[in-house]
Amino acid sequence: MSRFEYAPAPESRAVVDIDSSYGLFIDGEFTEAASGQAMKTVNPATEEVLAEVAEADEADIERAIRAARKAQEKVWGPMPGSERAKYLFRIARLLAERAREFAVLETLDNGKPIREARDVDVPTAAAHFFYYAGWADKLEHAGFGPDPQPRGVAAQVIPWNFPLLMLAWKIAPALAAGNTVVLKPAETTPLTALLFADLVRQADLPAGVVNIVTGAGPTGQTLVTHPGVDKVAFTGSTAVGRQIARQLAGSRVPATLELGGKAANIVFEDAAVDQAIEGIVNGIFFNQGQVCCAGSRLLVQESIADELVDRLKDRLGTLRVGDPLDKNTDVGAINSARQLDRIRELTQAGEDEGATRWTSDCPLPEKGWFFAPTVFTDVSAAHRIAREEIFGPVLSVLTFRTPAEAVAKANNTPYGLSAGIWTEKGSRILAMADKLRAGVVWANTFNRFDPTSPFGGYKESGYGREGGRHGLAPYLKGGIG
Amino acid sequence: MTPTSTTTAARVDVRKTYKLFIGGKFPRSESGRTYEVTDAKGRFAANAAQASRKDARDAVRAARAAQPGWAGATAYNRGQVLYRVAELLEGRRAQFVADVAAGEGLSARRAEDAVSAAIDRWVWYAGWTDKVAQVAGNANPVAGPYFNLSVPEPTGVVAAIAPQKSSLLGLVSVLAPILVTGNTVVLVASEDRPLPAITLSEVLATSDVPGGVVNVLTGGTAELASPLARHLDVNALELAGVVGAADVTWGELEADAAENLKRVRRPAGESEPNWKDEQSLESILAFTETKTVWHPKGM
Repeated sequence: MSRFEYAPAPESRAVVDIDSSYGLFIDGEFTEAASGQAMKTVNPATEEVLAEVAEADEADIERAIRAARKAQEKVWGPMPGSERAKYLFRIARLLAERAREFAVLETLDNGKPIREARDVDVPTAAAHFFYYAGWADKLEHAGFGPDPQPRGVAAQVIPWNFPLLMLAWKIAPALAAGNTVVLKPAETTPLTALLFADLVRQADLPAGVVNIVTGAGPTGQTLVTHPGVDKVAFTGSTAVGRQIARQLAGSRVPATLELGGKAANIVFEDAAVDQAIEGIVNGIFFNQGQVCCAGSRLLVQESIADELVDRLKDRLGTLRVGDPLDKNTDVGAINSARQLDRIRELTQAGEDEGATRWTSDCPLPEKGWFFAPTVFTDVSAAHRIAREEIFGPVLSVLTFRTPAEAVAKANNTPYGLSAGIWTEKGSRILAMADKLRAGVVWANTFNRFDPTSPFGGYKESGYGREGGRHGLAPYLKGGIG
Repeated sequence: MTPTSTTTAARVDVRKTYKLFIGGKFPRSESGRTYEVTDAKGRFAANAAQASRKDARDAVRAARAAQPGWAGATAYNRGQVLYRVAELLEGRRAQFVADVAAGEGLSARRAEDAVSAAIDRWVWYAGWTDKVAQVAGNANPVAGPYFNLSVPEPTGVVAAIAPQKSSLLGLVSVLAPILVTGNTVVLVASEDRPLPAITLSEVLATSDVPGGVVNVLTGGTAELASPLARHLDVNALELAGVVGAADVTWGELEADAAENLKRVRRPAGESEPNWKDEQSLESILAFTETKTVWHPKGM
């Protein structure tokens, strides 16, 4: 396939002012960390240091939780829902107004293509606030009792793959329900959360309602296990989720856990193949495959497997990997050197265990952390690349003969976050959707997200739902999760 | 030898040694152990099987095998099957009243009330099977040309620790809501008051509830709860009956359950609640998963 040549079309980074260092956002103000400790956040596409960010310890967390408690009891909790709603609408509007700034900053800090930050992350985050804003004064209609009450102070820890969007998923429903929050962004992607703190001030949100504490794993641990917390929400790895579940055992604090996945994307022989290929590409190469619900296991019916894989490779050859700020870039940078090492280790294991590797021969930038789109065929269910979450642009292809075999293989994983089905037969879609043990099933599409649509896993992909009416429940007393 | 006198002495009663209920059958404990059950006044009531870890694992296997069928039955069918259980409970009412009165030390009238409440509760939950999805599900108006529907589904295999004190009403209050949506259950009966659970298993065995949907273990709560909390093929834990149980806390079981991220329903308080008030949709939803299905719309 011939490749079009594109002139570089970089988005300007002039729209963003990055400070050289950032403090913690507690009680409406940026303050220094008590310990004076700081960490660096790096642009994964260039390996340049973007800023120094404070590292919160126990004393800072204590202060943040006290501020959140005071704000919840004195201001945000007693405030009529209709007033809370207007603050949330304000936030939604401000996010839309400052969308370009947020998108560029997200791309700089995370490494994702500007096209995705601009078209998915930021608008969906704004939409999330807009959606939950409308719930703030309608909670009695949400199906959780006639007079639903907030839980109190929510401790929220989010991952690095969708920094602003995950912040929105956490903060919007919590605030709508009358809770206040202390949120810790990921160690490697704190900048859009800190810019959000600035936006919170711009919206004149009362001090202490939203507190942002930056730091690494120990900061998160201190936050979620603090006795002053009424609710924990975590998105991240299953290993850390399990640890949090264990630490909260025996307490009265409920947790929402959005953890790992190893989704099957199932393609039947009667599928619309061109659409399926686009869905497969979107399923595993969106956000460099660093998506918990990524369609990382392609299950294709044996009769069309060879043809489909050939066409898929042709399509992957057209993906442009490189400068995330370039508007033509399809696949950006891997978020960290550590994550790149993990992807390399697992792909090496794939080769060592006997799977056949194909990697796009696209050019990669000399600096930064990049990984070319990779497909493994001849994969067996026992291979590590079929069982473990890779969290990178790596697809494992397995085959099946019958629908029953497809179901058995798809469900043969401790995870259960998402699944995909590609077939033109409606009755088969519905029967398959019933049998797949996954919280989100995309039929003839993949990786769709919407504020009104609940998201969350079965089994070891965690529990609780975010989004939609269901997403309110974890933040209301008596709600599940 | 002088023949013994056989004048009109009272008839010797047939004392009972009960067994476990696993996969629709009544096996002895593989350990061969039994223990003595006494009534509230300390008098012998029956021998019950003292289940082992191996029995617990067998029960999980039976529950797993039965789960797809029970979940795959129509909601209407599950409702009918569960309602029929209530009919059978009514038929066995006298036995339940006797069990509850003796085991819990209640007056006949209060035991009658407890049994009535338990049967009524079973009927209440039976009626939920074909309504849960309508009340807890959602059509989601996403911003795009997509059909998008969320529905509750059963979590899978649930290990339930039955309340220690309220041997029938408490038991029904934790068991019935788990069954509504299509979960299957491994139930650990009240350690000291297992007889209503055993009688219930005899009811279930003659009902239309498929074998393996409910499995009843009698024996030591601490001994059985721990392997169930750790079992990797158990999806959820109902811990209501851990409060008041000896040598085990719900916190340690919840910590064990974290290994495969089981859904855990914590006890409502640190002592047994008044089960009269414990009837809720939330009890059903605690053992469900929300599944959301997307499909594009197009001509």
